[in-house]
Amino acid sequence: MLGCISVSVFFLVAILGYVLVHGASYIDWEFLTATPVPAGETGGGIANALVGSFLVVIVASLLALPIGIGAAIFINEFPSLGFGHTVRFLAEVLTGVPSIVVGLFAYALIVIPSGGFSALSGSVAYAFIMVPIILISAHEALRLVPDSLREASLALGIPKWRTIMGVVLPVSSRALVTGAVLAISRALGEAAPMLFTAFGNSFWNINPTKPVATVPLLIYTYATGPYEDWHQKAWAASFVLLMVVLFTSVLTRAFLRGKSNE
Amino acid sequence: MKFKNVAAAVMLTALSTVPSQVFAGCPTKGVKELTGAGATFPYPLYSKMFSEYDKACGVKVNYQSIGSGGGIRQISEMTVDFGASDGIMDDKQKAAAKGGAILHIPTVSGATAVIFNLPNVQTSQLKITPDILADIYLKKINNWNDKRIAAANAAVKLPDLAIAVVHRSDGSGTTFIFTDYLSKVSSDWKEKVGSSTSVNWPGDVGGKGNEGVANSVKQIPGAIGYVEVAYAKQNKIPWAQLQNKAKKFLDPSLDGAAAAADITNLPDNMEVSITDSSNPNAYPISGFTWILAYENQTDPAKADAVAQLVNWMVTDGQKFAAPLEYAPLKGAAVKKAQALVKKIKSYGALVLK
Amino acid sequence: MTRDSQATVESAAGMLSGVKPLSARQQVINLGDRIFYVITKSFAVLIILLTALLVADLFRGAWESINHFGLTFLVGTTWDPVTREFSTLPTVVGTLVKGFIALLLAVPLSFGSAVFICFYTPRWLRPVISYPIELLAGIPSIIFGMWGLFAMVPVIRVIQIWLKANFGWFFLFNGPAVYGVGVLSGSVILFIMITPIITAISKEILLTVPRAQIEGMLALGSTKWEAIWKVALPYSRIGLFGAVILGLGRAVGETMAVTMVGGNSFDMIHSLFDPVHSMASQIASEFSEATYSLYVSSLIYVGLVLFGITILISLLAQFLIWKISRGKLALLD
Repeated sequence: MLGCISVSVFFLVAILGYVLVHGASYIDWEFLTATPVPAGETGGGIANALVGSFLVVIVASLLALPIGIGAAIFINEFPSLGFGHTVRFLAEVLTGVPSIVVGLFAYALIVIPSGGFSALSGSVAYAFIMVPIILISAHEALRLVPDSLREASLALGIPKWRTIMGVVLPVSSRALVTGAVLAISRALGEAAPMLFTAFGNSFWNINPTKPVATVPLLIYTYATGPYEDWHQKAWAASFVLLMVVLFTSVLTRAFLRGKSNE
Repeated sequence: MKFKNVAAAVMLTALSTVPSQVFAGCPTKGVKELTGAGATFPYPLYSKMFSEYDKACGVKVNYQSIGSGGGIRQISEMTVDFGASDGIMDDKQKAAAKGGAILHIPTVSGATAVIFNLPNVQTSQLKITPDILADIYLKKINNWNDKRIAAANAAVKLPDLAIAVVHRSDGSGTTFIFTDYLSKVSSDWKEKVGSSTSVNWPGDVGGKGNEGVANSVKQIPGAIGYVEVAYAKQNKIPWAQLQNKAKKFLDPSLDGAAAAADITNLPDNMEVSITDSSNPNAYPISGFTWILAYENQTDPAKADAVAQLVNWMVTDGQKFAAPLEYAPLKGAAVKKAQALVKKIKSYGALVLK
Repeated sequence: MTRDSQATVESAAGMLSGVKPLSARQQVINLGDRIFYVITKSFAVLIILLTALLVADLFRGAWESINHFGLTFLVGTTWDPVTREFSTLPTVVGTLVKGFIALLLAVPLSFGSAVFICFYTPRWLRPVISYPIELLAGIPSIIFGMWGLFAMVPVIRVIQIWLKANFGWFFLFNGPAVYGVGVLSGSVILFIMITPIITAISKEILLTVPRAQIEGMLALGSTKWEAIWKVALPYSRIGLFGAVILGLGRAVGETMAVTMVGGNSFDMIHSLFDPVHSMASQIASEFSEATYSLYVSSLIYVGLVLFGITILISLLAQFLIWKISRGKLALLD
């Protein structure tokens, strides 16, 4: 058992260590607050990509969390044999769709009809990736809430919907949050869907109807460029991204721990 | 409409006679943003050019490198203002472009280096002739101590080591140029494999992007591969000297690429491959990269902006090319490029005079 | 469990009012419940709708290729953009082999890690270990790819060369060991990527096993390990399966990392060291430069095939769950 954990931790340390060693020297205040500079110049940063990523992922979460958790609630709390079964099955199938296919789907669905790239289409692409993850983990979480709790609540005369919102969800909140965090971190790190949706931007943009820069896409561009300088920026940006993921995870849990203590 | 055109013409004439204060080449109709997409090869250069353009004109040109095919697709769908490609659009693609005829305006040219991994052999010490290169990639020559390689390399001791052929696993303009060259110098290659952005390689390992190929060659003993010169230089990987049409052995270089483009019979539409060029100083695996813009546009302001931008790129913008390892356009190529930009019209009226 | 309790409520209601038991839909009697029901149901319907749209879009894009190649696309072994001959069997095999090996390595490790966190770690220490695992799950695929290529592949190369030297007679090890990139590298990077996902979900599942059950076993004289193996794991087997499915989904759909270390060839593999594309890496690699419509259409056809395979795997998983739970329709248990 200890061996198993050690292996996971080993890989984490190996990867994090590699990223840090290669990119740490590049992380400074400028890196976090400036926009990218063109090839051949040193300095510059990833600020527009950080803001862009936040924008796209927050909107995606606003779309994906209600849909994923809502659907999971429906499947588990309102059993309706074939239908719920099908939805869960489809969610499992959807987890296997490559991110590039999702990007192309969002492209056909939104970019073409609207005539241009936008952060919004990127959010839709991310949401499509997030919903199956959230649905499956939420469903598992809800399934594990003992029925005795539900029955007790119903027996007290509390309507079903309040039972769900007031009893079932809080009890399963920690597992729900795990699923949400997994989904959000997945979205934060995907570059391929952004190629044909949010498109990327070398400049500042917070207008959701226009193209926007995102961190994974920036990492991809820098990592596949010819300059050692760019590679370092890629590693540095990766480290920043990892810290953001960790921060999100810690923050959401702290927030929820506060809530469930009520 | 007519009054507007006259007014615009008057304004342009007036502006063009104003010296120094007004930067020649900025959009004149108030456009502040442009979007472009396409080839990854010129991306570093374009990022520099557009940054300078922003400083000079306050116009933000957002260019993303999604690949030449992506650039062709997006300009066909008109989701971007201009595209960029290392390969020439074929007839089917041209027919599919929603906005009509597309101009291919070359901006720079570049060289593709053939890199290798051999113990005790330094850069430029290995000499490769066209037929040897083709046969290595056809898997007809499988070991570095083959007689034919030795014959071309009397001064170098070649080991008994299997050749590991590395190619691009993703489609790319670099592959297009490389296979185009092999098709020209080897009828066997042309028949068995052909040229395209992605082909059915006879072997061995596919690397993702120039970076992937460079890394694979660096790591695998006995490997051979092809990458853009910048990657070979930056990663310090040894490259081979290739024999050109005039039987000279040359290193990949900016001068070699520029010489390849400096030939007498360039077509007006500049849709030409310059591999295996006839210029005696030409590096054999070189190619243009083009900006794709619609000839007949419907938005006068955008048309003006695109025309001004591209015109600037092929003239004043060229000074940023060499420091970043790109070969600027020279002589006839510049003139033809500018002539192409001048063809851009909006509602039938020429944009640039 | 929920169905049993519904039955209880139904029969109770029935006994009390002398009316026949209500269906789920009929039980939603007050307005708040009704609204809630409609809202959550529409979300569920939305998912079905979007999936249908996705499949329709895939079919539309792949149509030209389907028309042209039909089902020979699935069994041929040539992928030649120049002669315009496309088929996908080698990449299907590549995807399945890499995913399967990754699962084989990941599942024991993940379950072991989850068990360790839940049963062998004091409560205060759990977050300290869990956060790094979640962090690993959040690392972008491109980072995995880069790290894989620069740090992992050279190590794998050494291992491969050793394996070939000592066990080269075995067909699995009789391949180009010196490349480094290939099936083995692809599988290992996938294994590293899916382990944290499976671990994180399994941990949550195992944490909900009622203490009473475990303590009951211990009171009967079992060792801690026996209690885990015989009670905790079987109790949560369905949820654990769900975790594995999530991991498998990631393994089959993963693009960037596999592209960078998988070797990316279109030839059929004969050993663990051969380079090969997975379907996702093939689509991603070729898409931006696909220059004519049959080419694009064939790539989308590959996407459709991938979708079909994922359905088949999920169906298989359903069947296995059904078997494990001895006939009960396990999902809605």
